[in-house]
Amino acid sequence: MPEAVTHAERPPAPEGGQIVDHRDGRDVVLRLRGVRTQFGPKIIHDHLDFDVFRGEIVGLVGGSGTGKSVLLRTIIGLNHASQGTIEMLGVDTNTLHGEALRRMQARTGVQFQDGALFSSLSVAENIIVPIREHAGLDEELMREIAALKIALVGLPADASDKHPSELSGGMRKRASLARALALDPELLFLDEPTAGLDPIGAAHYDELVKGLSRSLGLTVLMVTHDLDSLNAICDRIAVLLDKRVVVGTMRELLTYDHPWVREYFHGPRGRAAARQE
Amino acid sequence: MADAEPTIRFTTRGGQSVVEVGGAWTVFSLRGFRKKAGKALKSAGAGGAASLVDASAVQRLDTAGALEILQLAGDGPRAKVEAADKAHADLFEVVQRNMCAAAPERQVNWFGHWLEEVGRNVIEIYHQLVNLCAFFGEILVVFLEACLQPRRFRFNAVVRQMYEVWVRALVIVGVLTFLIGVVIAYQGVQQLRQFGAETFTVEAVGIGMFRELGVLLTAIIVAGRSGSAFTAQIGTMQVNQEVDAMRTIGLNPIEWLVLPRITALVISMPLLTFWGDMTGVLGGAVACTIYLDFTFVQFYERLRDMVGPWHFYIGMIKAPVFGAVIAIIGCFEGLQVRGSAESVGNLTTKSVVEAIFSVIVLDAIFSIIFLLANV
Repeated sequence: MPEAVTHAERPPAPEGGQIVDHRDGRDVVLRLRGVRTQFGPKIIHDHLDFDVFRGEIVGLVGGSGTGKSVLLRTIIGLNHASQGTIEMLGVDTNTLHGEALRRMQARTGVQFQDGALFSSLSVAENIIVPIREHAGLDEELMREIAALKIALVGLPADASDKHPSELSGGMRKRASLARALALDPELLFLDEPTAGLDPIGAAHYDELVKGLSRSLGLTVLMVTHDLDSLNAICDRIAVLLDKRVVVGTMRELLTYDHPWVREYFHGPRGRAAARQE
Repeated sequence: MADAEPTIRFTTRGGQSVVEVGGAWTVFSLRGFRKKAGKALKSAGAGGAASLVDASAVQRLDTAGALEILQLAGDGPRAKVEAADKAHADLFEVVQRNMCAAAPERQVNWFGHWLEEVGRNVIEIYHQLVNLCAFFGEILVVFLEACLQPRRFRFNAVVRQMYEVWVRALVIVGVLTFLIGVVIAYQGVQQLRQFGAETFTVEAVGIGMFRELGVLLTAIIVAGRSGSAFTAQIGTMQVNQEVDAMRTIGLNPIEWLVLPRITALVISMPLLTFWGDMTGVLGGAVACTIYLDFTFVQFYERLRDMVGPWHFYIGMIKAPVFGAVIAIIGCFEGLQVRGSAESVGNLTTKSVVEAIFSVIVLDAIFSIIFLLANV
């Protein structure tokens, strides 16, 4: 196993797969230690360590088939890790059951790749669903909150009564973000949020996520392949390599010695994105 | 996490009305708060909008809390806010910038609502009929073209569909018609015995099965099994834009999706009906051996002598027509799917209901025709 050799030769690395320690005394809102996921005999991740600190935006990249979406699904609990621990907001997710699990779910928000809005409900009702389930407020207040979230993600007010099938792809992504934000989660997971958007729409979306993250104090973990987003809004970038995660800033990764990373960040698209910096 | 209760107080400070808020204002601590706050507002007698919000005693805050504070202050977007720390002040600013009136729920009285519903349905039925006619025409054109070039019937697809709608339905059709045959024979024996005419049970089973029940039961089972499957399959392809993809590649969905299904069902329905007739009569024969002390030979000899072949032919004439109707409705509703998964579900329900409805109406029309033809 050649990769085991390269890991062993490196000097003792900082915690959580980082190249250089960036913790700065911040809370660790997401801590993965020794995580292994597998489907049958096929091991997707092994001995994976990964930390996300409070208030930062982390992008997750990797070649196709390296298990970005699997990792995201494992973190949010849709897949089970066969080994290792996942601590979210200081709590081991393996120990969460019943009411505690529901409370944790209320503190995290997920935006799925194609929106995954409930197709039988209007946009406003989609946003109200988690609020009604977890907080149970007055109907009027919930509608006001829904209208606020719709404005917050930059959708026009008349979108609130539309059904998901009546929205364009970009609007669906925004509506899905509004639903993910319904309960003001501390931790937000985005799966390819800008995939399929035009560059202008994607840039607006990036600004939106960055602005929301700053003003609401969100921590964001996003799976993305959009090098412009990585450059523009991600504080750090996590790269899935050899079943593990290597985390660093764009600058650190540009000098990181691994064939895939070199090709990814120094390829024609990577160079174009880096030039804008 | 135990949240401190949100508190609110309406006062005046130097002639200016002020709202003082404190405690935790999060989406989880606001349940039922609006009513309480409304009472406090009334008892304080402070009407009108407060232009200053003093939020320095707020411990926890999120967007929902900030929104509620600004709503209760009455002068939301323009109110001046004094917050304890920078994060809260930022949050208030974000909310104030994005505040807007919630879209009011549309209120229509029941009569208007009813009228709207009726009108909508009438228009929908009209469009449905026009579309169905157009669809039928399209199928005819493709069918005639296929008759000139038989390979366009897509025999592979037809055979695959026949496996689904015929072979895989044999067990359920056989079991159900057998049971119905038993039930009719049992009831026949019970009722006819009162007149001493219990041997006529054989005619009851034979005529009932051949003419009506065999084909109707089969059609209803096929509508539920295969008609719904057609709608769901084609509907899902429609949602995934597979049908659009076929069109752009130059494959006619009618030729590739609809015609094989119709052909398969038109061939399969008589086969299934024949099978259903046989098992149904067998059920009657079994019941007769038990309740009537008939032997199988006696039963079948009486059946041969007393039930003419036309009863059987009538059932077999109806079968392919029912098959065509079920397949056409199933495919038509599948192609009507627009957008979402919910639409697939709705239209599948609709296709089954419409198929069974049409089968029974057609059956009634057939019995009038056969009555006039004296068979």
